[in-house]
Amino acid sequence: MATMNMAQALNSAMDTMLARDPDVLIFGEDVGYFGGVFRCTTGLQQKHGADRVFDTPVAEGGILAMAVGMGAYGLRPVAEIQFADYIYPAMDQLVSEAARLRYRSGGEFWAPLTVRAPCGGGIFGGQTHSQSPEALFTHVCGLKTVIPSNPYDAKGLLISAIEDDDPVIFFEPKRLYNGPFDGHHERPVQPWAKHPASDVPEGYYNVPLGKAAVIREGSAATVLAYGTMVHVALAAVEETGIDAEVIDLRTLLPLDIDTIVESVNKTGRCVIVHEATRTSGFGAELCALVQEHCFFKLEAKIERVTGWDTPYPLAFEWDYFPGPRRVAKALQRVMEP
Amino acid sequence: MNAGTKEPLLQPTLRFHVPEPKARPGHAPDFSNLVLPVAGAAPRPPVNASAYDTRDLAGDLIRVLNDDGEAVGPWRPDIAVDVLLRGLRHMMLTRVFDERMLLSQRQGKTSFYMQCTGEEAVAVGQASALDSADMLFPTYRQQGLLIARDWSIVDMMCQVFSNSHDRMKGRQLPVMYSSRDANFFSLSGNLGTQFSQAVGWAMASAYKRDRRIAVTWIGDGATAEGDFHYAMTSAAVYQAPVVLNVVNNQWAISSYQGIAGGEEATFATRGVGYGIPALRVDGNDFLAVHAVTRWAAERARANLGPTLIELVTYRAAPHSTSDDPSKYRPADESSCWPLGDPIERLKKHLMHIGAWTEGEHTALREEVAEQVRTAAKEAESYGTLGQGPKHDPATMFEDVFREMPWHLRQQLEELGT
Ligand SMILES: Cc1ncc(C[n+]2csc(CCOP(=O)(O)OP(=O)(O)O)c2C)c(N)n1
Ligand SMILES: [Mg+2]
Repeated sequence: MATMNMAQALNSAMDTMLARDPDVLIFGEDVGYFGGVFRCTTGLQQKHGADRVFDTPVAEGGILAMAVGMGAYGLRPVAEIQFADYIYPAMDQLVSEAARLRYRSGGEFWAPLTVRAPCGGGIFGGQTHSQSPEALFTHVCGLKTVIPSNPYDAKGLLISAIEDDDPVIFFEPKRLYNGPFDGHHERPVQPWAKHPASDVPEGYYNVPLGKAAVIREGSAATVLAYGTMVHVALAAVEETGIDAEVIDLRTLLPLDIDTIVESVNKTGRCVIVHEATRTSGFGAELCALVQEHCFFKLEAKIERVTGWDTPYPLAFEWDYFPGPRRVAKALQRVMEP
Repeated sequence: MNAGTKEPLLQPTLRFHVPEPKARPGHAPDFSNLVLPVAGAAPRPPVNASAYDTRDLAGDLIRVLNDDGEAVGPWRPDIAVDVLLRGLRHMMLTRVFDERMLLSQRQGKTSFYMQCTGEEAVAVGQASALDSADMLFPTYRQQGLLIARDWSIVDMMCQVFSNSHDRMKGRQLPVMYSSRDANFFSLSGNLGTQFSQAVGWAMASAYKRDRRIAVTWIGDGATAEGDFHYAMTSAAVYQAPVVLNVVNNQWAISSYQGIAGGEEATFATRGVGYGIPALRVDGNDFLAVHAVTRWAAERARANLGPTLIELVTYRAAPHSTSDDPSKYRPADESSCWPLGDPIERLKKHLMHIGAWTEGEHTALREEVAEQVRTAAKEAESYGTLGQGPKHDPATMFEDVFREMPWHLRQQLEELGT
């Protein structure tokens, strides 16, 4: 075991997989010699060679097209898109190509690629370094979407993503790279070292895709969250004193519906939290599923706490970010008799 | 019939090539790949030259200023001393403005800043050769365009500080200016998008039988984006009145220009392949930059179509305040850059022609420093990111659409409660 922050845990996952599987290649803008703008690939080129960890042209469509081609050959490409906000030039390669290759070729070809991209706000990145576009990808048939909330899961999930034979979009909440963040931006930054999930095995292990984690057991209500919002939800639960169960979805697609249904059937109340914009966000899908599966057990309307339906405004980051105060209010609303 | 199956070929196994820059930290800087022709050597074709006619110029380097500060050769522009003095002032103002904003970032008055240190002749030199009505589609590193158009630096600072006078209402990353009045298109954080938009604007101007042309910029790194190639194809197909500029400052964050394909062929050479006349110019030579830009603008105005210009320069500062170049390039690389400092070179020329003195230079530097100090004081009085007045957070719901739909009005109410 070692103590790792999330960037180090991700680095360790890639290091582990580079060592285990010669077909794993890591590439993206600035990921080679420099080690990535968030330092997630630091030292990997020096250790594993420039033909396995390398810089790419600034061309996201090109990066993911290369990944599809390499995947078709039989490699396991792990491509970094520098910010989730810059994935759009690669949309066609993901939506029309990676996601459908297996289907359209009747299983002859497939693209076992992993796309890593930092997402979310909280670092004054403005509208082009803060987005959470996960719902654009969960809406596409043939893509898996993963968002970890802590170092242990980040490493285990990334290893599973790399080993998976389908394309996986792996969003890394950038505000969590260096420490857990509960939305109290005015308080001192906490390092991961104080958090139990910073205990990370140095070698190989995995956290399976498609399995949620019950982060806090409770009986009064269920909070569904992922990424940074897991920590925000926990803070809101603490602060309200409501005995809510907090579920970290970890993988959005395929979704762990059983864990969700079991919890909501038990509590009868549900709050859904995400940082992404609300309309057609992943919360809408969750809301529909909970309604479909738990209708007769629900004792209150389902609440959604999300980013507003506007671009992420730089100066109003904390008015935009769905912090613990807003989550607490939603919790209180679902508890009203 | 497959001829290859008859006799087994003695084919070596394939090798995977990944390019590497000549020097990394700890190495001596090495610019031996940059061939420097003497100033004045490059021929100047007529403005109705074909793409094919420019094929040598696209691989060459047009230089006007020689080492003595003398302007030489066919590209020596017919330019009034006034224009040169204004250019010098604007470059110096741009540099001091950058220094001040960098300091403001360190002081927490803004979260982020990007300097254009060493590249001032690109924006300022090109602006000096354009009409103020021409529409600019720049990147984040052409703040000199606004300065050269005498746009208010207080206004620019207000954007950087995201304060109560920020016309972008605190929404945009610092340096992502927009100025409709200065014909300066709203900057995007997403690389390359402006390059092909400029072509569309130019097509619209042609369609409307207007007289304004479009001018756009892209970094060496971002030429890899699809938008560069969309722009080249559309500009060639529709013979759009647009000047397409590649600012080759050698680096794209930590990736040297070879990662964008700059080692295999110059960026200017790409123009020839698309059928667009192309020039490659010493980007730190104010006179050469002015001259090639004028040539390209003249072509566009005369319905001769687009031009691609590669401006060879060097990003002397870090990529942004979030960057540390000592991690990926030799610490002294900047001081070894063979094309020097654009401000020093123009100063030398002005002194050479007897239009400038050391004393006047020192006085001008003090004058622009004072101008920036005064402007910063005023801008700070309207607030900074760290403290003081800002726009009302409720304004974040405005301008998503022209009319606010019900769901945003509802969210606005929620924000208030
Ligand atoms: C579509 C997109 N991809 C990636 C980025 C991140 N990024 C910002 S600047 C930059 C390097 C650009 O280099 P270059 O085009 O050479 O311009 P320079 O910064 O040198 O002026 C990168 C990769 C981005 N802003 N947009
Ligand atoms: Mg560059």
